[in-house]
Amino acid sequence: MQRRQSSKTPKQPLQIHHKNQTDLSAWRKGGRIDPEKSVQNHQSPTNQKSDSKQDSLEQALSYFEKVQDHVSLKKNNVLQKHLITVESIALQRGLPPEGFDVLLNVALSGKLADTVNTRLLKSLVPASVIPETSVVSSVSWLCVSKCSGNIQLLFLRWLITMFDFIDHKEQLHALYGFFFSFLQDEKMCPYVCHLLYLLTRKESVKPFRIRRLLDLQAKMGMQSHLQALLSLYKLFCPELVTITLPGKMKTYFKNSEGPWKAAINAVRRRNQENSPVLQPLFLGTAQPQSRKRKWNTQLIIPASSTNKNNLEEDREKNRVDLYSMNESFPVEQLQTFSQLLQNIHHLEFPSQMGSVLTNPLLLHYMNCTKDESIYLRLYYWMGQTLQEECTWCVADNNQYEEEFKDFLETVYKTECFLQEGFSSCEEFLYKSLPLWDGFCCRSQILRLVSWIPLSSFSEMKSHLYDPLAQLFFTSSLYFKCSVLESLKELLQNWLNWHVIHLDSESDSQVHSLNTTLSGLVNVVAELIHFVGWISTVALRLENNPTFLLYFILDFYETVCDMYLRYNLPLLIMPPAGVFYPALLSMDSVSLNQLCYIMYRYRTNLVAAKENELSKTKILQFKFSSQTYQEYNQYIIAMVGCLWTSSAFQKDIHPQGLRMDDELLKKTTVQEFKTSFNIVYHPAMMGYAVLFLQQAWPDDTTFNFSLIKGKKWNWYLEYLYAQGLKGLKVFIESSINRVSQASHSKAGNVQV
Amino acid sequence: APGLVPAMESADGAVRTLPSIGRLSRGPTFGRAHGRFGLSPSGRLLPPAPRSQENADPQRTAFLLRKQWTLYSVTPLYRFSDAHLRDYARLLSAFIAAEKQKGLAVEVGVELDIKVSVSSLPDLKGSDQDQAAILVQLSSRSAASSKNSEEKLIWSGWFCCVSGDDLSENVPEDFTCLPLFLANGGESYTSIVGSWFQKTFDCCFRRLAISPLNLTWMAAMWTGCKVDKTASAMELVFSVPCLPQPLNISYAIHPEDAKALWDTVQKTPGEITQEEVDVFMDCLYSHFHRHFKIHLSATKLVKVSTAIASAHCDGIIKFLQSQYLTGVLMLLTELAISQIQ
Repeated sequence: MQRRQSSKTPKQPLQIHHKNQTDLSAWRKGGRIDPEKSVQNHQSPTNQKSDSKQDSLEQALSYFEKVQDHVSLKKNNVLQKHLITVESIALQRGLPPEGFDVLLNVALSGKLADTVNTRLLKSLVPASVIPETSVVSSVSWLCVSKCSGNIQLLFLRWLITMFDFIDHKEQLHALYGFFFSFLQDEKMCPYVCHLLYLLTRKESVKPFRIRRLLDLQAKMGMQSHLQALLSLYKLFCPELVTITLPGKMKTYFKNSEGPWKAAINAVRRRNQENSPVLQPLFLGTAQPQSRKRKWNTQLIIPASSTNKNNLEEDREKNRVDLYSMNESFPVEQLQTFSQLLQNIHHLEFPSQMGSVLTNPLLLHYMNCTKDESIYLRLYYWMGQTLQEECTWCVADNNQYEEEFKDFLETVYKTECFLQEGFSSCEEFLYKSLPLWDGFCCRSQILRLVSWIPLSSFSEMKSHLYDPLAQLFFTSSLYFKCSVLESLKELLQNWLNWHVIHLDSESDSQVHSLNTTLSGLVNVVAELIHFVGWISTVALRLENNPTFLLYFILDFYETVCDMYLRYNLPLLIMPPAGVFYPALLSMDSVSLNQLCYIMYRYRTNLVAAKENELSKTKILQFKFSSQTYQEYNQYIIAMVGCLWTSSAFQKDIHPQGLRMDDELLKKTTVQEFKTSFNIVYHPAMMGYAVLFLQQAWPDDTTFNFSLIKGKKWNWYLEYLYAQGLKGLKVFIESSINRVSQASHSKAGNVQV
Repeated sequence: APGLVPAMESADGAVRTLPSIGRLSRGPTFGRAHGRFGLSPSGRLLPPAPRSQENADPQRTAFLLRKQWTLYSVTPLYRFSDAHLRDYARLLSAFIAAEKQKGLAVEVGVELDIKVSVSSLPDLKGSDQDQAAILVQLSSRSAASSKNSEEKLIWSGWFCCVSGDDLSENVPEDFTCLPLFLANGGESYTSIVGSWFQKTFDCCFRRLAISPLNLTWMAAMWTGCKVDKTASAMELVFSVPCLPQPLNISYAIHPEDAKALWDTVQKTPGEITQEEVDVFMDCLYSHFHRHFKIHLSATKLVKVSTAIASAHCDGIIKFLQSQYLTGVLMLLTELAISQIQ
């Protein structure tokens, strides 16, 4: 029975979406993992499955850590089991970093048969990164030659393929000499060359190494792998390598990606599915697209990289290198908020604006720049991507619904972060809503609706309200509630925008306020009328469920406070089709919510009246007398229904409860006059029963008429204590109790 | 940079001129141009095709004819400059080399297998506001001897904008409007070149399909054009939907008959309306129905070929007459712009 707390405590005008604002402490790029998402992931059933897999992998790893020499695979079921575990997990999800040390050690130590070692090496597919330390220790195994030549070769091929996955490479560089010494092995030479090619830096190029390479070439003839390494040496130190090398080669190295490539791709695709947003940060550079699709689709948000398209500036920079103060700070290096603050004066947006979506620091920067071109770049990119990838507008796209969902989610989060809607997103909604089935990506689409920017009504009606109404009337109760929720958010976003706009423009553009404000008032009024209309119809269609009523009244909780909380000279009463179902609801929650709303309407109207009377400033807008009239009609009905038991007599609303005594007598309901007050109202009767039980524990006749006089006041206190705070503020404000003792004399207040 | 200032002002101005209220978002306003949602306008002016070619040498654009071009729409290029075409060629060729031999270090500027040239085609313009078309060509050098080997053109693509004022008037000066891209050659090269442009100029490529409605426009517009020589037949290809096996219907019409029919339909010279196009097509359909008892209006128009050009609904076009090149490009530019906006 506890009523939601928030309706009693006035909300702050600027409602910040806390869950979507980035936590300051999480601004480090590495820590930018959505906590919500990771929590969700852990709860999903698939991941529970993976938890058990995790256990078996740990068992397998600890087995391999302790395994004794010369265990035969054929005879040992335990070894077979653990080997299969490692293989299946590696190929599906990749291995965690901590697994590599154990498995490389066992595979290169020669403890087990080569078939086992081969299978182990082939399954060394990383889920994220490979720790450098495990590679270093495996190189030391290589030096003591405990394993066979084939395993050595396989290990080198693995190392070449996985080179980019190794988390650091400093220690590996320190082993350059060791790798170089392996060149003398004829079989290993091509792979070692490839590895050295990857490792070589300028300081690695030494005269004795060049001599050694030339000796090898003299011995083995022109080998493409040796030439590759030599040409790289020559590139770094042309003065040391004086021989002429043939101009170009088709391929220097054999493809060593071999057995791992498919697995890496599978794992990568899996990781990508789980978190497409983080994917571009994987290894720091954009990964090639795994899906075999149109090359121009960019659902994968590009990685932030510095705009290299500055040929002109580059040249100028060379000339005036001394004054390189305005050198821009590369976005790749932007990792922390303090870096942003320090470099904000010479930061440049990335070459592809789309990448800002996943970079909160750049979004902050975007928020404080006035350059319109960045919005235009984002507009084109986002508009094209949304249209191209829309799963219900483009045929054959439906298999990518999950990816599209994630993309929409990212766009929505960005809008929350920036506290403004993207016009590309607005256009996308207008184009796609008429084709939408109301099901595909539902929550994402409805959330995006809440960020539609304000625009003139003719567009809103045909592009948003009409298609939305069609879906609304023909869809489930849950869908209806979701639409109402997002329209409430939309209204709040508009109102917040108005409040901020009012503050920032109050000094400079007072003159244009008149037209601006009337436009805004019209658009907001149309939205509220639209919601009033669909709410009325929905309540009838669904037969007044409390659940739906809750969402409708929630919307009106914002509407009733627009004047005071958002400084908007507009108040619109709910239609009778909403008011009466709430008033006659069987549920105290709805009734209480309605009481709170009517109390806020009263507060707002009284404030408006006072402002009008004091005439301290010329008011451009007055509430029409019709608003006051409507309010008064409702308040008479409410007081009649909750207090004076005169609902049937006094209600003057044309769609109200007024009924002739003759007609009421025909219903054969006894004492129809008292059927509606805080004791007899169906929503309140339960409280009255509980109250009677507590006040007269021995009386089992449920004599409700006992609740009067002093008991009436006790009953009120009892109701307030039960959490009906809306009722409390309503009764205290709207019912003028002439005498505390006599409830019958209470009257209503007209404003 | 100081160059940004006018751009900012003009963008600001666009926002300020909104009829009633400010907006909750920055960026271009919705539905600014006509042709919103890709709908065709109800009428089009015929391009003054032969006249605008006066100062252009047909030889210079002749290589664009009789090739199949795949159409793309391209959003405005950010910080693209005509002055750097050579640099772009150099960077693009390094990019292609890097893409082709992934994993190997590539030196910028050295001789590579594939030569890239980026050049300007100043003839392909509709109005003075249009940006000159940009041609990208990839040619391979045979590996045998690098000195006197022949260069073989393996891929070409060009960006153009013919009377694209709708778009170019509305973007700040940092952006270059070349909304139509046409490619001929291997898709893998299109992908590499397109990716490079997307990365470098923050633009988006999208395949540009031609709707059956727009194909009927082409059929009508091209029928009305004068061609000197004895022209080839006009051919319309229809595909019949909802059949287990695909079935195409080819409808060939003698060009003079088609022209005669069109002349009876078209009221104002130099201007075509949607109604006229509909009447023209309906006449063709009813003629076909009289002979074959098939309602072509229930099928989907997939291809239109005339002596001027041929167009397929998948977004493939072949130009046949150099004097009408800009006229066809003007319509395609319009379609590309409506896909972008």
